[in-house]
Amino acid sequence: MSASATPESLPAPPASALRRERPRDSVGSWPLIDRAAYLLCWAVGIGLCVAAGAIVVFMLVKGIAYVRPSLLFTSPGVGATQATSGGFLDPIVGTLLLAALGILIAGPLGVAVAVWLGEYGRPAALARAVESGIEMIAGAPSVVLAIFGLLMFSRPFLAFLSQTSAGGSVFGRSFFTAGAMMSLLALPLVVGATREGLAQVPGHVREASYALGKAKITTIRKVLLPSIRRSIAGGVTLGLGRIIGDTAIVVILLGATLHLEGAGGAPGLSTLRGTGGTLTSYVKYFSPAGEGNQAEKAYAAAFVLLLMVIALNALVTRLTHDRRGMFERMIAWSWLPFWQRTTNEDSP
Amino acid sequence: MSPTRPPRARRIAGHANPTVVEPGPFTPAGSLPGRATGPEGDPAPGTVAANGHAAQGAAATGATTAGAVATTRPPASATIERMSIEGVWLAYGDRWVVRDVSLPVRQGEVLALIGASGSGKTTLLRSLNRLTEITDGATRAGRIALDGEEIETMEVNALRRRISMVFQQPNPFPMSIYENVAYALREEHAPGRRRRRRSRRELEPEVVAALRRAGLYEEVAADLDHPALRLSGGQQQRLCIARGLAVKPEVLLLDEPCSALDPISTATIEQLIVELRCDVAIVIVTHNLQQAMRVADHVAFMHLGELVEYGPSAQMFGAPRNQRTRDYVGGVFG
Repeated sequence: MSASATPESLPAPPASALRRERPRDSVGSWPLIDRAAYLLCWAVGIGLCVAAGAIVVFMLVKGIAYVRPSLLFTSPGVGATQATSGGFLDPIVGTLLLAALGILIAGPLGVAVAVWLGEYGRPAALARAVESGIEMIAGAPSVVLAIFGLLMFSRPFLAFLSQTSAGGSVFGRSFFTAGAMMSLLALPLVVGATREGLAQVPGHVREASYALGKAKITTIRKVLLPSIRRSIAGGVTLGLGRIIGDTAIVVILLGATLHLEGAGGAPGLSTLRGTGGTLTSYVKYFSPAGEGNQAEKAYAAAFVLLLMVIALNALVTRLTHDRRGMFERMIAWSWLPFWQRTTNEDSP
Repeated sequence: MSPTRPPRARRIAGHANPTVVEPGPFTPAGSLPGRATGPEGDPAPGTVAANGHAAQGAAATGATTAGAVATTRPPASATIERMSIEGVWLAYGDRWVVRDVSLPVRQGEVLALIGASGSGKTTLLRSLNRLTEITDGATRAGRIALDGEEIETMEVNALRRRISMVFQQPNPFPMSIYENVAYALREEHAPGRRRRRRSRRELEPEVVAALRRAGLYEEVAADLDHPALRLSGGQQQRLCIARGLAVKPEVLLLDEPCSALDPISTATIEQLIVELRCDVAIVIVTHNLQQAMRVADHVAFMHLGELVEYGPSAQMFGAPRNQRTRDYVGGVFG
């Protein structure tokens, strides 16, 4: 059988005979309106690049002038001068804590909601209601979410999430409460990215799993979610960026204090039930418009914040546009027992 | 015609069309001397498998490669009827796409469903393991039985482990080659039973056996932990076949398994299908008439949802009885 199907090998033409295929269509041949639209697209693209570049360069120049490694490892001080007001270790820790809490809630919840909407979606009326709810949350200003969170978490039955005053009133401000509301900021991004990923998985992949006698839930867990892990990772990373960059919830629900103020009790739990601040609230506090009014500290912290956001964006780009499948290889490699891991080209 | 109230199912046996051949006892291939021509009556299927249909088919359609396949195909030692399709009607919404089809599916032979696009071949194939159920608005009438038991009454995941399917597009899962096959082997968690995850040591022999049966093991033996998506199209499709075979099915459904593959991969998979038919009942849907000639023992021609003609491959390609079959096989339409 194979003999009849094997093609005869033909000699390749000489290299000199090869010419590169090029598109024959040129912009010059387009109608005027199309050329104008094309130029407008170029101009807008370049304008956006210039704006983004200006922000980065400005913050880079300002930030590098003031940032010192010691600032990253010292807590804010009480001094009124640049030399005595310390660094921003606490805001960095606060940022990381809040981001971790928010995404720990938003990640699984967002994926679960997206899977339900994308793969089940019954009853249809409930699915439509959930979709509308997510769209509403995505469009709501974070300060509205923060006010709602403060009202909700000040209820006595949720007192265990924050601190209670001597008079018995619940503060409603803590990493727990701020993290919960921050998760609402990230949730629509995770849901959107996951649904987009699920929609891109061809139907025949699901059917291939069903045809092996696998239940729908097994197919989702073992086939679909691993297939779209890049989309999920992209949504999670975008959500992290949203959490890191928000200020309103930090001010209203976290207290926006310079130091991490524990609520007492077990060390870790004390911090999570206590108040604190993040880099955004730190920048706001020390900006020329803030109470601290130490611009150098604000520039340095903003520079660090910008670096974190740029790193996250780079990670998103890497995860979502990785044509060489590095992420898949990384995951596959991480599943291997350590004695089978090699450092050849197939392993990251 | 209402899809919720299908017409009373009719059996092919009582069909007015005399060209539809009654499912009958199959003569084991090779047990009869070659009878290359047999326009009158039902030629012995054994001759089809051995040497008959290829030459006739080639004459009828101009195929040139079928002879090579037919001479290399091993004879099937015996045939057992595994499935029966009786008076099956299928509809999507209010549109009937399969009308009153009755066919036997036998282990020991390959049944090819041929016909133009939209003739209902794939829908019929998908109904055999109840995959049509996942399509909204699909309805069915008639009886489909596996080993005498109606598939409607069987637990659907258990049924699909007994009737496995390979699709048109190679669709390996985003896992390693090993995991693709091991995934199929891991049983579904049954309610009330304690979940037990089988170790790699337990699964590996079965994975290797499935890959060997699909003729892939030699090519991937050193790369079992590499991502399956890195395999070539032909290798991916053979991996899908290995995955389907790993669950030890009684029936293997193939939906145009070679349509996206190059001729060399196609030849490999066709050889595999011919070899597998001794152990598994195989139903293949194909647009490629030459492929049907090369691999099939029996052929069913469907047109606009109806089963126009069913018979041994030699008859279907050499001397079809129905004018529409003659036209389709002769290339008048399709």
